[in-house]
Amino acid sequence: MNATVENPNWEVSVPAIGHVLQPGVDTSHKVILYLEDISVSFDGFKALNNLTLAIDAGELRCIIGPNGAGKTTMMDVITGKTRPDSGTCFFGQTIDLTRMTEPQIAHAGIGRKFQKPTIFENHTVFENLELAMKTDKRAWTSLFAWLSSEGRDRISDTLKLIRLDHQAERQAGLLSHGQKQWLEIGMLLMQEPQLLLLDEPVAGMTDDETERTGELFKSLAGKHSLVVVEHDMAFIEQLGGKVTVLHEGSVLAEGDLATVQADERVVEVYLGR
Amino acid sequence: MRTPFIIRFLNATPRAGWIALGVFAALTLVVMPALHLLLPESSPFHVSTYVITLSGKIMCYAIVAVAMDLIWGYAGILSLGHGLFFALGGYAFGMYLMREIGTDGSYQSHLPDFMVFLDWKELPWYWAGSDSMLWAILLVLTVPALVAYIFGYFAFRSRIKGVYFSIITQAMTFAAMLFFFRNETGFGGNNGFTDFKRILGHDITSPEMRATLFALSALALMLTLLAGRYLVTSKFGRVLTAIRDAESRVMFIGYNPLHYKLFIWTFSAMLCAIAGALYVPQVGIINPGEMSPANSIEIAIWVAVGGRGTLIGPVIGAGLVNLFKSYFTVAFPEYWLFFLGALFVGVTLWLPEGVTGLWKRLKARRTA
Repeated sequence: MNATVENPNWEVSVPAIGHVLQPGVDTSHKVILYLEDISVSFDGFKALNNLTLAIDAGELRCIIGPNGAGKTTMMDVITGKTRPDSGTCFFGQTIDLTRMTEPQIAHAGIGRKFQKPTIFENHTVFENLELAMKTDKRAWTSLFAWLSSEGRDRISDTLKLIRLDHQAERQAGLLSHGQKQWLEIGMLLMQEPQLLLLDEPVAGMTDDETERTGELFKSLAGKHSLVVVEHDMAFIEQLGGKVTVLHEGSVLAEGDLATVQADERVVEVYLGR
Repeated sequence: MRTPFIIRFLNATPRAGWIALGVFAALTLVVMPALHLLLPESSPFHVSTYVITLSGKIMCYAIVAVAMDLIWGYAGILSLGHGLFFALGGYAFGMYLMREIGTDGSYQSHLPDFMVFLDWKELPWYWAGSDSMLWAILLVLTVPALVAYIFGYFAFRSRIKGVYFSIITQAMTFAAMLFFFRNETGFGGNNGFTDFKRILGHDITSPEMRATLFALSALALMLTLLAGRYLVTSKFGRVLTAIRDAESRVMFIGYNPLHYKLFIWTFSAMLCAIAGALYVPQVGIINPGEMSPANSIEIAIWVAVGGRGTLIGPVIGAGLVNLFKSYFTVAFPEYWLFFLGALFVGVTLWLPEGVTGLWKRLKARRTA
C-alpha cells in the first residue's frame, strides 16, 4: 500500500514478483471447483465411483443423470455434509473442502439449494433473506446485530429480483411451492457465493416461472459459477451451458446438450437397454 | 449500531407488555411486601407468610420454566435434566447457608452437623470460602454454567439431537443425584442441607427476610423475562428458531449451530441456578431429591401447559400447575402424579400450544 502513496501513478498496488496467496478463492487457473477421484460408499453401495469433475470460474454447468447416479451425493461432498472415502475436492487452487465443516464451506463462498425447498417456514420472507445475508455469522455478533440500511436495501433488491417484494412480511411457510423455490434461490444470492449448487431448482414451477428462473441463472453466470442438477431437458436447453452426465457415480459423458443427447451410451443409460 | 441498544429494545416490545411488567413490579416489589410487613395479622388485607413463601417459590419455578422454554420452545432442544442446574444453584447457596448456622447446630460445632456426624475434623477443600456470601453468589453463577457448558459442548459437537439428547440429560441428572446421595460427597447425603438460621446475620424466618427473598425472586423473574425478550427478538433469537426448524439449512448458509446452542444452553442453566439459589432459603431445604428425573420432567410439563415458544406461557404454566399442586397434594396426596401424567397427555393431545395457544385461538375466533 505504501507504494501507492509514493507513486500516485500506480492505480493498484499489485505485488510484482511471484504469486502471493490471496484470501478467498484463488481461481488463477480458471478452475473454481475441482473434484478428483472422489469415491463414497454407503454400506457397500458405491454412490460415487472415482468421480472427476472440473468447473470453470463463471461457468454454468448442468448435471443430469438417472436416479441414483450420485448427483445429490456429489453436492453433499462439495458442501461438507458427506466426507468422501477417497479423492480430493478443491475450491479454487487452495481451499481443500474435504477438511471443512458445512458453515466454513458456506463462508468460503459455496451456496446450496436443496432438492426439496428448505426455507425457514416460521420466519417471514424478509427474515429468511436477512438470515441468509452475507455477514459475520458468529453467535456473539448475532446477539448485538442490527440490520443496517445497506442490508435493508440489499434485501429489498433481492425481494424484487425474486418477485416477492409484496410478500416480504408473509410467513414463508405460506408461500406456494414455486415461490418457496424462488425464496431459496434468493437466500442463496444473499450469501453472495462464488459458486452456486442448485439441486432441481425448477421442480414444481410453472412454465412461466421456469423460464424466468432460466433467465435469472443465465444472468448470474459469468460473475458467479453455477452447477445445476436438473431433469427438465427443456430447461437445460434454455440454459445452454455444458452438460455432464453422471451414471453410477462417475462421469459418463460431457459436452453440449446436443452432443450428449446423441451419445449412444447416454441413450442406453436413460432408456435402460 | 446507529440506534442505541436501549431504544431498539424498547421498540421491540409492545406497550401492553411494558404495562403488564410495570404492574407486576409494583405488586411484587411494593404492594405485597408492604401488606405482609406493615399490616397486623388480624387485618383482612394482611398477606400471610404462607402466601409470600408459596408465591416466592412459584416465581423461582417460573424462572426455571422460562429458562426451559428458551432452550426447548425456541431452540427445539428438550432437556429433561434442567432440575440438575436448579439443584446445583441451590446447593451452591446452601453451602453458605450451612456456614451461617455457625455454632448454633445440634453439635455446637463450627462444622455443619452432617460433617460432625461423619466424624470429619475439618471442611473439605471445596467448602473453602463458603462462609462468604459473595463467594456463594459466584459459585451459583459459575459452577452450574460450567457444568452445562462442558456437557453441552460435547453433546452439541457430536450433533446429539432430539430424544437422544433428552435421554442423556435425564441420565446426567440421575447420575448427579446418586453422586449427591453419597455421604462422602460432602453435601449432606440424602438429607442434604436444612435447618438454616441466617442470611448475612439476619434471621431467615423473619417477615423482613421473607419479604426480601420474595421481592428478589420477583426481580429475578422480571430480569429473566427482559433478557429472554431481548434474546428472542434479536437476530440471535431468529437464528435459534431457524436452527429449531431447519438446522441443515442454517449450517449451509454459514452459521455454526454449536455456538448458538451452547450459548442458550449455558444461559438457560445459569437462570435455573439463580432460581435454585433463591428457592432454597425460602423453602429451607435442599436435598438430592431435587435432582430426581421426575422433577426435571415436571419442568417440561409446566412449559407444555403454559405454551412453548412464548415467554409468558411458561410463567403461566409454572404458576397454574404449582398452585394446583399445592392444593392437590394436600387434598388427594396419592393421586398427584397420576393427575400430572394425565395433564401432560391431555395438553399434548388437545392443547399442543398450551394455555397461551388456547387464548390465541379464542381471540382469533372472536375477531373472525
